[in-house]
Amino acid sequence: MDRLYELLETLRAAKLRTAVTALSVAWGIFMLVILLGAGTGIERGAENGFKDDATNAIWIYRGTTSLPFEGQKIGRNVALDDEDFEALRRNVEGVEHITGRFYIQGQFTVSYEGTVSSFDVRSCHPGHLFLENTIITDGRFINELDIVQRRKVAVIGPAAVDRLFHEKRDPIGEWINVNGTMYRVVGVFRDDGGEEEEAKIYIPITTAQMAYGRPQQIHQIMFTIGDATSERAQAIQDQSVRLIAGKHHFSPKDKRALRVRNGVESFERVVTLFARIRFFIWIIGAGTIVAGIVGVSNIMLISVRERTKEIGIKKALGATPWTILSQIVMEALIVTGVSGYLGLLAGLGVIELVKANVPPSDFFRDPEANFTVVVTATLVLVFAGLLAGYFPARLAAKVNPIVALRAE
Amino acid sequence: MIRLRELNKSYHLGQHSLHVLRDIDLHVREGEFVSIMGSSGSGKSTLLNILGILDDYDSGAYTLGGTLIRDLSERKAAMYRNRFIGFVFQSFNLLSFKTAAENVALPLSYQGVSRKRRTELAHAYLDKVGLGAWATHLPSEMSGGQKQRVAIARALITKPRIVLADEPTGALDSKTSEQIMDLLSGVNAEGVTVVIVTHEQDVADRTHRVIRLRDGVIETHGHASTDA
Repeated sequence: MDRLYELLETLRAAKLRTAVTALSVAWGIFMLVILLGAGTGIERGAENGFKDDATNAIWIYRGTTSLPFEGQKIGRNVALDDEDFEALRRNVEGVEHITGRFYIQGQFTVSYEGTVSSFDVRSCHPGHLFLENTIITDGRFINELDIVQRRKVAVIGPAAVDRLFHEKRDPIGEWINVNGTMYRVVGVFRDDGGEEEEAKIYIPITTAQMAYGRPQQIHQIMFTIGDATSERAQAIQDQSVRLIAGKHHFSPKDKRALRVRNGVESFERVVTLFARIRFFIWIIGAGTIVAGIVGVSNIMLISVRERTKEIGIKKALGATPWTILSQIVMEALIVTGVSGYLGLLAGLGVIELVKANVPPSDFFRDPEANFTVVVTATLVLVFAGLLAGYFPARLAAKVNPIVALRAE
Repeated sequence: MIRLRELNKSYHLGQHSLHVLRDIDLHVREGEFVSIMGSSGSGKSTLLNILGILDDYDSGAYTLGGTLIRDLSERKAAMYRNRFIGFVFQSFNLLSFKTAAENVALPLSYQGVSRKRRTELAHAYLDKVGLGAWATHLPSEMSGGQKQRVAIARALITKPRIVLADEPTGALDSKTSEQIMDLLSGVNAEGVTVVIVTHEQDVADRTHRVIRLRDGVIETHGHASTDA
């Protein structure tokens, strides 16, 4: 307590010096917190981009052959069909939820009791529910019976509910007109993937194949693979490609015959990327703090030199080297501690401001400096204080008390 | 109280060696009032440093109140300085950001005396030097004579065995010097051994014994004329 009083007195005696020193440390911690908070924000934005789609999924799209195979020339279009879908569903171990998509081009005019609007119509299998992280809020999603019987049923999103039903009426069981064909609404969904995803209308793939194209034809097959590791995901992907290659007579090594997107792989790539970004941020932050430490150390060194006489007097009067050493270290510790803490608070404040005022997007969302960051920053501060104080303190402890006897 | 036997001290400056004190024999009895005189370069500053346990010596022996002062660790030296010796400096050496009372109390803080007790004692000693009303003033608000009196109070607060004064009147006019010497005489009259280093004959005349130093050797142990 006595020491503390002594310290505060010393710091008060050199207000400007203390303030400048404090500023350099506060700035360092402030920058570290901001950087880490922004890093979290960017990371969460990207994670949110993934939220729409299942990250443990494999997407297979049609392509064009680029390698000759069994005497056939390159450039053949590879078509996917119901057989491929069934083969993948039955024969590939590890396939969890599977769906095909039959593309229906353009926007469809959809009307209900005189209210007209236009929407994207997407046709799929029941498994689609698990691939786009679609959440059913009312009724049900497309089921197997819809597929088998080619029922004219539709699952609509919040946009359709808003625009067609004005939220006045329960849409379940109502009939909507999609480009001249009547569909019965069986369910309402929600999707975290954003406005575009929420403006979709889902119908059974078999109904779409029959109404808008050729039976059997599928444009795209997607399936989830549970909690498979990245290696396992690759194995499942290879097996799927071989299976389709066998049926359609193209080389399994042909990278262009099918376009395949492996979610596990890309998700892991993004996770790794962010781990690196975070590491990088820590390096930059640490650099800023080191600059702060050097600043404090420097100013303390100057201060010790300025106070050589004072230290000499104290030593002559009976201060031990330890008394002097601990006083200087404590001084550095208090300056870095208090100012660092203020920097920390300022950083957190700015993050909260940004959080409150910047709308969340796929690039930036919910910035935060979490508990671990705060604790780590505090430990860094204490360490920084000790480090900043050590060298000046050693210098101070070595001051020869004889200087006290010298006249100015 | 102070006993030096065949004490030698040299400084080594590169290849040159400077023999500053040569076979110094000196005995200051308890309660004595002594001055050490000598021109600059005579070794009196070095002698004072050694007496004040601020510097070490090469050979011989220095005993202070029966304790051999030799090859002490810095911690121990600091402790002996704090307990045995009161310093009065030519340039006062008060800490500018501390009040008179805080300056006086400073040596006690190194003994672990509580703040309250320190403050009480500091006020008592300031009263003793006639500055009771100035306790809360900063050194910058005081005259040279007042500052030196604060310094004397600070030197006395630990009840030292000896008071070492280095040119205590060097920065003061003759009238104030008189007052400071009166004060130091008073301190001595209470039984404290006082050693003053000075080059002023007037000051030396006020002490009971003058030790003259020339080229690192003690010239005279003679008693000063006591016409003061």
